[in-house]
Amino acid sequence: MLRYTVRRLGQLLIVTVVLSVLLFGWLRALPGGPVSALLGERATEESRARLVQQLGLDQPLYVQYWKFVQRAITGDFGVSTGVQPGTPAMEVFLQRMPATLELSVLALLLAVAVGIPLGYFAARRQGGWLDNLSITWSLIGVAVPVFFLAFLLKYVFAIEFGVLPASGRQAAGIDATHATGFFVLDGVLTTEWDAAWNALIHLLLPAIALSTIPFAVIFRLTRASVLDVVEEDYVRTARSKGLGAMVVRGRHILRNAMLPVVTTIGLQTGALLSGAVLTEQVFNIPGIGQALSLGFQRQDYAVLQVVILATAMVYVLVNLLVDLAYAAIDPRLRTR
Amino acid sequence: MLGTQRKERIDGLAESGGDTTAGVSLAASAWRRLRRSPTFLVGAGIICAFVLLALVSPLLAQHDPALRLLEEQVSRADNEIPAPQPGFPLGGDQYGRPLLSRVLLGSQQTLLVALLATVIGLGGGLTLGILAGAFGGWVDTLVMRVVDVMLSVPSLLLAVSIGALFQQQSQFTVIIAVATVQIPIFGRLLRGTMLAQRASDHVLAARALGVRQRSIVFRHMLPNALGPVIVQATLMLAVAIIDAAALSFLGLGAADTSTPEWGQMLGSAQNFFDTHPHLAFWPAGCIIVVALGFTLVGESMRDALDPKKRR
Amino acid sequence: MGAAAGPGFRLSRVGRRLVTVGLTAVLATSLSACVQSQRGEDNGQTMVFGAPGAPALFDPFYASDGETFRVTRQMMEGLVGFESGGVEVEPELATDWNSSDDGTKWTFQLREGVKFHDGTDFNAEAVCANFERWYNQTGTGQSSALSYYWIETFGGFAGDDEPSLFSSCEAPDPTTAVINLTRATSKFPAALGLDSFSMQSPTAMKKYEADKVEAKGSGFEYSEYARKHPTGTGPFEFDSYDQNNQSVELRRNDDYWGDKAKLDRLIFKVISDESVRKQELLSGGIDGYDFPNPADLDSLRQQDFNVQVREPFNVLYLGMSQKKNPALRKLKVRKALAYAVNRENLVNANLPDGAKVANLFYPSSVDGYADDVAKYSYDPEKAKRLLNEAGHSDLTIEFWWPTQVTRPYMPDPRGIFNSLAGDMRKAGINVKPVSKPWNGGYISDVNKGDAEVFLLGWTGDYNSPDNFIGTFFGSTENQFYTKPAPWGEKLANRLDAADKEPDPTKRERMYTEINRDLKSKYLPAVPLSHSPPAIVTAPHVKGLVTSPLTAEEFASVSIEK
Repeated sequence: MLRYTVRRLGQLLIVTVVLSVLLFGWLRALPGGPVSALLGERATEESRARLVQQLGLDQPLYVQYWKFVQRAITGDFGVSTGVQPGTPAMEVFLQRMPATLELSVLALLLAVAVGIPLGYFAARRQGGWLDNLSITWSLIGVAVPVFFLAFLLKYVFAIEFGVLPASGRQAAGIDATHATGFFVLDGVLTTEWDAAWNALIHLLLPAIALSTIPFAVIFRLTRASVLDVVEEDYVRTARSKGLGAMVVRGRHILRNAMLPVVTTIGLQTGALLSGAVLTEQVFNIPGIGQALSLGFQRQDYAVLQVVILATAMVYVLVNLLVDLAYAAIDPRLRTR
Repeated sequence: MLGTQRKERIDGLAESGGDTTAGVSLAASAWRRLRRSPTFLVGAGIICAFVLLALVSPLLAQHDPALRLLEEQVSRADNEIPAPQPGFPLGGDQYGRPLLSRVLLGSQQTLLVALLATVIGLGGGLTLGILAGAFGGWVDTLVMRVVDVMLSVPSLLLAVSIGALFQQQSQFTVIIAVATVQIPIFGRLLRGTMLAQRASDHVLAARALGVRQRSIVFRHMLPNALGPVIVQATLMLAVAIIDAAALSFLGLGAADTSTPEWGQMLGSAQNFFDTHPHLAFWPAGCIIVVALGFTLVGESMRDALDPKKRR
Repeated sequence: MGAAAGPGFRLSRVGRRLVTVGLTAVLATSLSACVQSQRGEDNGQTMVFGAPGAPALFDPFYASDGETFRVTRQMMEGLVGFESGGVEVEPELATDWNSSDDGTKWTFQLREGVKFHDGTDFNAEAVCANFERWYNQTGTGQSSALSYYWIETFGGFAGDDEPSLFSSCEAPDPTTAVINLTRATSKFPAALGLDSFSMQSPTAMKKYEADKVEAKGSGFEYSEYARKHPTGTGPFEFDSYDQNNQSVELRRNDDYWGDKAKLDRLIFKVISDESVRKQELLSGGIDGYDFPNPADLDSLRQQDFNVQVREPFNVLYLGMSQKKNPALRKLKVRKALAYAVNRENLVNANLPDGAKVANLFYPSSVDGYADDVAKYSYDPEKAKRLLNEAGHSDLTIEFWWPTQVTRPYMPDPRGIFNSLAGDMRKAGINVKPVSKPWNGGYISDVNKGDAEVFLLGWTGDYNSPDNFIGTFFGSTENQFYTKPAPWGEKLANRLDAADKEPDPTKRERMYTEINRDLKSKYLPAVPLSHSPPAIVTAPHVKGLVTSPLTAEEFASVSIEK
């Protein structure tokens, strides 16, 4: 098990290094570069050349990369030029991560809270109206472009009915202490209930928009695995032993059906991040999704480097943890 | 983005196709069950209608979608967009171009983007998958590391990264960006099915009989891997259409909008959502229905191929 | 399956705990509804303004972007300012000034009893300390990405090869500051009203190391002063910048020397998407925002929002580079393009309320404006004729336009391109469209002169012809690449001479003549339009005076609900 873990960690290291090289080369291959974004239409050829030299962007790529690595080891990932100019890129990432995490966690909670019960009941009455309805819903949810759904939700609930805020993380006038950067949590910890509530209702619409795809996945998987489990021998045994319906459902069916579902939830990170890029754009949430799209528009090398590397690492790490958990259960996997 | 569950789902699908003991009868029984599945029939109906529309739309559209025929009725200052009028049942878009003709002809480009992106993605994935699956060993390890790196970046992010590389954005760059996302998915899928095949009896038998490596790969392993690939490709057509729309929304769509495409129409309608929602609703509606069609067919084929479901 | 039941059991225990937490959360949120009304009421008047971008820093000297200035303008003042609602220079921290006859010695009488936010005095020594700081920038501080306006206005720094306009600063007594220049310039004193040349507290700058700016990786790291302690003399002072929530908060300066601000708190909330800004206003999240989508103005007005359209102070032009396409070196071909484009239609269909067709490269409020210039009204037939005469009846041009950008002078590049390209095709010109992302190659290629025909524009910084045409044509290796033209060098020299002319009347005449020739003899580009950016506020916001320079000051604003 230890050898397996070490080997997988080694692979993670290789993936990270390869990715960082690719990322570095890719960024420098982008047309334009941060100089255009810094100078705008006021740039002249001369000032541009001077700035390129000042920022060291005229040096050979491998020299630039080596310098990047040297600085990165000391925790210095460069300074943002377009997203939050002047702020260290790592700081930009750390400041924005909570917004995205908060949003993703709520979206995931919504998906789980709706998807699992619905999947269970749909499977118990396979072919019934609830089953058909929720299957249709999950299929349509996948076919609707996330940003279009986000627009629709915002239009209906924020503009037409005005019941929920249209954008942002928290109303600007509110006095709130931001200790952790997770606004809802901050409000609860400092007992500024209005701040927490305000942050929570700001999260609601974007979280709903973001939850559609995880919902569809979780719902379908729950349904499928409940269907599988119901036919397993131990359920039949339990039934024939005369165990109560409640006990069979709770202890045997649901519990065993949940195993694959729980692992899938871990694998939703990537999908959530993709969705967050779009949702944060529509709802103006200063998270890492927005940092990415702004970073692209303004060619912010430092921020793109940190954000993409870090998200990829998180994604790979989550996958690694899932694999390790599997390997612990099933020794056969360790040799693969 | 449908690229969820990623590896898990891909590998699951790969294993389902690896079940070759059934041989031809697998396809036959799958088809038998498909024919009776309402999900499949609805989806197939949608796809047929969509392809038909793409073929006959030049006959249906009465105007050139690139011409600003109603330009005099456009005013930025007063936020005026041509209303429905004789000859123009849906009015014009924000530049005074005929909206109905654009929606109709948009089907062509949308189909083209989806097909080309998926074909290119499949081609790339096929190359990687065959390399890895057929040779195994260090080739396999190397290819799979590349695939893992590609899969480690969230799919939309990868598409945006590729799309941003091009100096001039066009329909072609959108296709390439969307296709790149699909390459590792197809690659992993094919590698999985090939691995399952490599260990199977009939390949072992062929090898024992001294059949050449290339012939084993192309005669025996590849045909048996086709089922899962077709399923995945169908699902990917839906993803491609939605991804193309997302790229347009993020400002990475085709710069030249004279040839209409639904995703690009939806992306460029975002500023008019509050005041002229119909500009977004038409292309969005079309995208949703078509994406649903491909998803329905893909999912029902997946179910039909699933050996567990055959009990 | 016993193994599988194990973790399942643990899961359900976790589940039970989750339920408890969930219940607590529900209780907490329902409680909060009651608490909500008790807090945040006696905060006085607060205005939340939706800004399209984040300020880069709060030290205006190192900035050149409007979003930074939008914030610093409320906190800091220059020696001179601009009239409320106009572009004329008026006294601010200096009450009066005069210059020597040769235009090199400028004497400023300073306002008395003015204090910086940190309590230190504003006096002639502080003025000189600021000038010395600007002039003595070293290393990174000299980068054009930082000291842009200094380089544009004053040229070089101390000990530089580049000649500098600035020579020295003297403080003969606390209320008199003398600025010595190396030559006369049309930029003075208006340029001193630029936000970059705001007066900042020397004490605070020293304490928080204002000049400590470092290039790190591909960006700049600013000083603690620029990030957390900007100190000026203005009606508002810095409170905080919440990067998590992307909002900047200012509070009233109760010791302000003039009319004190009516607002207690002024908050700038960064909302980059224009449709999101609108939705926030509609749903009451903000009290106003800048740069609304032109398409939204009408519906906003109908819902009683106060839409103010500024006087335009910008220009959009159709540039023509003489570098790559030899046909464009012929005046007749350039004239043909000018006749081919329908600017009336462009303004009507594609530009917002209040936009005008441009006759010159700057609006009529700037000195040296002339109305009696060649107009080139839309005439496709004449365009065809001119092309024939020039021997280019089958002219092919690359027409460049930018993606991923909107500018106040160019709210919809694609629409503008479509409209103009259509016009050109009607005149028999073959148009090859080239589009590039604004930051992804467009700006850099256009600046190299590589774009044959292109869309670009300019927003004026202050009332001076030099700020417009001096920037465009002051050198021959520019976007238009006027180097091969027989008049390219001459035009640059004429502009230089006009800038150096100390006599205002004479100077104005020189600029008028240049303007006439620009339209008839030279025509390096075709001025298309001036389009005014609008600003929107909720009905309860009173007293906002718009500025053509988009330099609104919020001190006069109050909230009356």
